[in-house]
Amino acid sequence: MSAEDTMRRPGAAAVAPHPVIGAAPVPREPSPLAAWFSDGWITTRRNLIKIKRVPDVLVFTTLQPIMFVLLFSYVYAGSIEIPGSDYKEFIMAGIFAQTVVFGATWSGYATAQDIRDGIIDRFRTLPMRPSAVLVGRTNGDLLINCISMVVMIATGLVVGWRVRSSLLEGVAGVLLLLVFAYALSWVFVFIGLTVRSPEVINNVSFIVLFPITFISNAFVPSENLPTPLRVFAEWNPVSALVLAARQLFGNIPPQMQVGDTWPLQNPVLAVLIGIVVLLAVFVPLSVWRFGRIGSRA
Amino acid sequence: MAFVEAADLHVTYHPRKAPEVRALDGLSLDVPAGTVFGLLGPNGAGKSTTVKVLTTLIRADSGTARIDGIDVREHPDEIRRRIGVSGQYAAVDENLSAIENLDMVGRLYHLTRGDSRRRADELVELFDLGEAKNRPVKGFSGGMRRRIDLACALVIAPAVLFLDEPTTGLDPRSRLGMWEVIERLASTGTTVLLTTQYLEEADRLADDIAVIDRGKVIARGTADALKARIGGRRVQLTLVSPDDLPVARAALERVGTGTPEVSAEGRGLSVTVAEGAAELSRVLGELESAGVALYDAGMQRPTLDDVFLRLTGHMAADEDGQETEGRRAS
Repeated sequence: MSAEDTMRRPGAAAVAPHPVIGAAPVPREPSPLAAWFSDGWITTRRNLIKIKRVPDVLVFTTLQPIMFVLLFSYVYAGSIEIPGSDYKEFIMAGIFAQTVVFGATWSGYATAQDIRDGIIDRFRTLPMRPSAVLVGRTNGDLLINCISMVVMIATGLVVGWRVRSSLLEGVAGVLLLLVFAYALSWVFVFIGLTVRSPEVINNVSFIVLFPITFISNAFVPSENLPTPLRVFAEWNPVSALVLAARQLFGNIPPQMQVGDTWPLQNPVLAVLIGIVVLLAVFVPLSVWRFGRIGSRA
Repeated sequence: MAFVEAADLHVTYHPRKAPEVRALDGLSLDVPAGTVFGLLGPNGAGKSTTVKVLTTLIRADSGTARIDGIDVREHPDEIRRRIGVSGQYAAVDENLSAIENLDMVGRLYHLTRGDSRRRADELVELFDLGEAKNRPVKGFSGGMRRRIDLACALVIAPAVLFLDEPTTGLDPRSRLGMWEVIERLASTGTTVLLTTQYLEEADRLADDIAVIDRGKVIARGTADALKARIGGRRVQLTLVSPDDLPVARAALERVGTGTPEVSAEGRGLSVTVAEGAAELSRVLGELESAGVALYDAGMQRPTLDDVFLRLTGHMAADEDGQETEGRRAS
């Protein structure tokens, strides 16, 4: 049957059979767990290669935090007074938080870009775990945030910032910031899968995140703000994140008012709850959304 | 026994801020094992949507699709282990090299590290990408991108190879190269489902063609059968004077396989013929001895527009509802 078809096809007799098919290896069927780890690693590696090959991202993620640390500690430090503390010491947790929060938006941008490039369609026709693509994405972005963090810590130490608690608490503060940003990455992955236009994500995250990070206790103590902004700042999750980091770094002077709301009274616990809730909601939601990418024209 | 079969597929898209689109409206097809099946149609006819349903990218609203007896909706993972897909938008990672792309795909098919790497090395050689294998795909030409995309679809030996408009947007030379590769693949007995908007491409590559329009198959058969139906090649003449029309029409009637068509102003004539060149030279000889002056004479191959005009009575319309420009075979 197929031999006849071959002969009927004009020109086919003139060309030698392609050796491609005969030599092809046969796929294995690993256990679901093994497949998940393997797929997650392969897609993470893809994003690591990209970081290496497109250094703009890396340069930007390193230079921007250095710039922020220097700007805030030298431009504002002289004008803003924090009772019982140095403004540089106060500001550092705010800059860390702002940088990793903005870093998380990259996950949404890159996801939307992958859909546009068609590479997501390629992944979705392969026998891989669908969630692995998103795991690879968020892992890669976590690494970028880690690099920014190291750079910011080094710059901070140079300009005079110190962890006043213990080394262990300092490390805990850094981990809390990174894990929160990781959870936020999943929110942006979901947005990226839904909006599907990298430019829109860029603009929206800028417009939404700028007020959220600025109307908080990140750069000024929130008790000095006018009442409506103060209320917003006290319930703002970024405030809780910044305060939690500040607390763990031992950068809160004893006489400072932090606010009466529950998240500000229990910042570390509030951030941990936030992380769990974000992951519990947006990981399944993103995986679900990933499976239905093509169903809208 | 059909290897790929789809029955009564319906897919409706609901775009935001736009009326819904009925992409597939009861499409059915069956592809026997080891054959090349061509889905021919204009933009927006439902070709890509059909491929998306069969390759598990989207679910049909209703209808069934099976590959090797396996239901696409029920067992997407089983299907994905068996298929290779290459599309019109080369779906490769621009920042990775050819080798890295192939190796990534191999590992995601769950080949062993060694198998995947060996296969990647082999494929870059087979697809003539050896020299560029370690460079990021970003710098590749259009033809090279298509080749690496096709190579990605052949990392395993797929039971079915899906090619969604494999040559759209390629220059004529790259197109010929791509055709040769596809012909070689087909000669190994791989089942291929190919979509195209070029009649010439379907003619050259496909054993069996389904013409689709507005989400439905409107004609089905071998390239020869379809061409016979729409009238294969045509001999066409333009007379200097309409007075010679009866003589010219009689000459065309003798060589043609159908009734000659005459244009409104009475100077242009055309008729379908079995071969082409032979009939044309016969007609020219006869008209010369009869002393008929010709303004123009030539041979024309049927285009997608001709197919559509014959089968549907309307021109091939793209998504915006505009008539497509005539694609004359070069």
